[in-house]
Amino acid sequence: MDMLEGILLTIVTAATPLVFAAIGELVSERAGVLNLGVEGMMAVGAVCGFAAANLSGEPVVGVLAGILAGMVMASLFAVVTLIFVANQVASGLALTLFGLGLSALIGDAFVGIPGIGMPHVHIPVLSDIPVVGVLIFGEDPLTYLAVILTIVVAWFLFRTRGGLILRSVGDNQVSAHALGYGVVKVRFLAVLFGGACAGIGGAYLSLVYTPQWTQNMTAGRGWIALALVVFASWLPVRVLIGAVLFGGISILQLHAQGFNVPIPSQFLSMLPYLTTIIVLVLISRNRTLLRVNTPACLGQPFVPDR
Amino acid sequence: MRIELIRRPERSSAMALLSPILAIALTVITGFFVFLAIGVDPFEALYIYFIEPLTAWWSVQDLLIKATPIILIAIGLSLCYRSNNWNIGAEGQLVAGAIAGSVFTILVPEWNGPLVLPVMLLMGIAGGMLYGAIPALLKIRFGTNEILTSLMLVYVAQFFLDWLARGPWRNPEGHNFPDSREFDGWQLLPTILGDDVKLNFVFVLIAVVVAWFVLSRTITGFQISVLGQAPRAAAFAGFSQNRMVLLTFLVSGGLAGLAGICEVAGPIEMLRTSVSPGYGFTAIIVAFLGRLNPIGIFFAGLLLALSYIGGEGIQISLGVSDQITRVFQGMLLFFVLTCDTFIFYRVRFVAARRRQAGEVTHGHA
Repeated sequence: MDMLEGILLTIVTAATPLVFAAIGELVSERAGVLNLGVEGMMAVGAVCGFAAANLSGEPVVGVLAGILAGMVMASLFAVVTLIFVANQVASGLALTLFGLGLSALIGDAFVGIPGIGMPHVHIPVLSDIPVVGVLIFGEDPLTYLAVILTIVVAWFLFRTRGGLILRSVGDNQVSAHALGYGVVKVRFLAVLFGGACAGIGGAYLSLVYTPQWTQNMTAGRGWIALALVVFASWLPVRVLIGAVLFGGISILQLHAQGFNVPIPSQFLSMLPYLTTIIVLVLISRNRTLLRVNTPACLGQPFVPDR
Repeated sequence: MRIELIRRPERSSAMALLSPILAIALTVITGFFVFLAIGVDPFEALYIYFIEPLTAWWSVQDLLIKATPIILIAIGLSLCYRSNNWNIGAEGQLVAGAIAGSVFTILVPEWNGPLVLPVMLLMGIAGGMLYGAIPALLKIRFGTNEILTSLMLVYVAQFFLDWLARGPWRNPEGHNFPDSREFDGWQLLPTILGDDVKLNFVFVLIAVVVAWFVLSRTITGFQISVLGQAPRAAAFAGFSQNRMVLLTFLVSGGLAGLAGICEVAGPIEMLRTSVSPGYGFTAIIVAFLGRLNPIGIFFAGLLLALSYIGGEGIQISLGVSDQITRVFQGMLLFFVLTCDTFIFYRVRFVAARRRQAGEVTHGHA
């Protein structure tokens, strides 16, 4: 039973950073902005989170630093694509290349230093129930935050006026503008939110998942988060399901490597990336589902006319 | 203060030429402050980074060697980006080319005659094309987003190469190093200039000229541009979107594959767990810095190659991490994309004023 419990717990830890990054990107894409810089924002969030936690001795400071770093990175992207209407795809790639380089540069001083882990929640009695106890009542606090965030975002997008405005900006920018909504302002805020989420997802990697800093430790998770948004067909709650699926695959392949399964480890390491491709193909075959939910103005620049 | 964009009546050709230069200048100025921030003498650092590599013949050769794969790949990517196909997996197609091109050299090492190299090069191109065809076919058949699939395939290719170099293709006499046997004789690209510049530099020149010709003098080149700039017009004119997806991915994959096998048969002389320091990603920056124009790409490729050598130089001389190269490269792409806005828009700075009642708002904060 301990083995199973261990696997389930690590699947949750592998899924959490994906939930953060994907939820942030989902909000940004719902507002019509495709930010391919998630990987870069996560990397900078990871290194800043690690550095701040180490210098202050407080994991909470690390989380806040990760959020701030993600937002600073996102604001660069927002200025370039929203104010100077640069191509979003290319700018997102620039953000990723820049972020990976910057994180390695900042992180140079922190390689090999043991990190500060985040304590897990422990509720007497409840956390001690076998298997489900730890799984439901004994996670780290950020995992609960990820779940709450998902529900809040779902509520905001589909049950509030603000969410309606955000979606209208992403679905029909010209009409939204004509109705008097600040298209650029709404998008700017959505991108900043996306940056904050990617930053916290990155900080989770260096504070909880593996409490240390290594170069390129995001290992494509930012890209997988982007795929998750498509997988979830832009519906927040489905992000949770997708994240557990991807988290599960990456953890199971790790365990398979540990058990000396007669498959070369490199092939097992390919699995999360291959799964992403297969899942994307399966999802994109269902064109009606995508047509209904894809923000119609995704990736389109907007210059207010006068 | 607000920033307002005002569309120019027509694109400014002066800005089109000026914008890359402006972007480079802004990168150097920002670089100055980055060096200042990490506590090294910015003048010395900038000199070592941008000027010193040009002062010695050996480092100029090194520049040409590094520029070669970058320019080759960027030429292919520019065709993709012009037609709105986002191939960002050139790094994987490079690896696929390196693997496919090495098949005979590693499995039949005795074969060492004048035909070996042409076969290696063709296999390399084919490998890159096949690997590039995967995201293209998935896009055509299922409408799958090619950005994500092509990028995911980079990781897959890199793991596969890692397995080959550590596993079945490892040199049995190589003292357990994860390398293949060393290529020799006819299996290597001949040197054409100085001590180190190999035949693949000629491929670059050919690719630049052919791409320029195709883009400016053929109907295919015209179709590529129309599909990118006015997809609806292209549809009405009966240009096949799908055909162009496949074509641009095959060309860019093939060129990346060629770059890959030329690395293996050129400077590296063997297959290793890693055959490129990210040339496939750097080429994306080069394609944009060169304004998706073959001749522009040629010069942009030389500049980005300089950034690699400068990064190495600064690590040796000043002990600054060579990761600063990636920071500069990312910054440069940001500045290029921002400066490109000025080609189509004039920018006006407007002092903040209070919104009047009844006025329709349209400015940005």
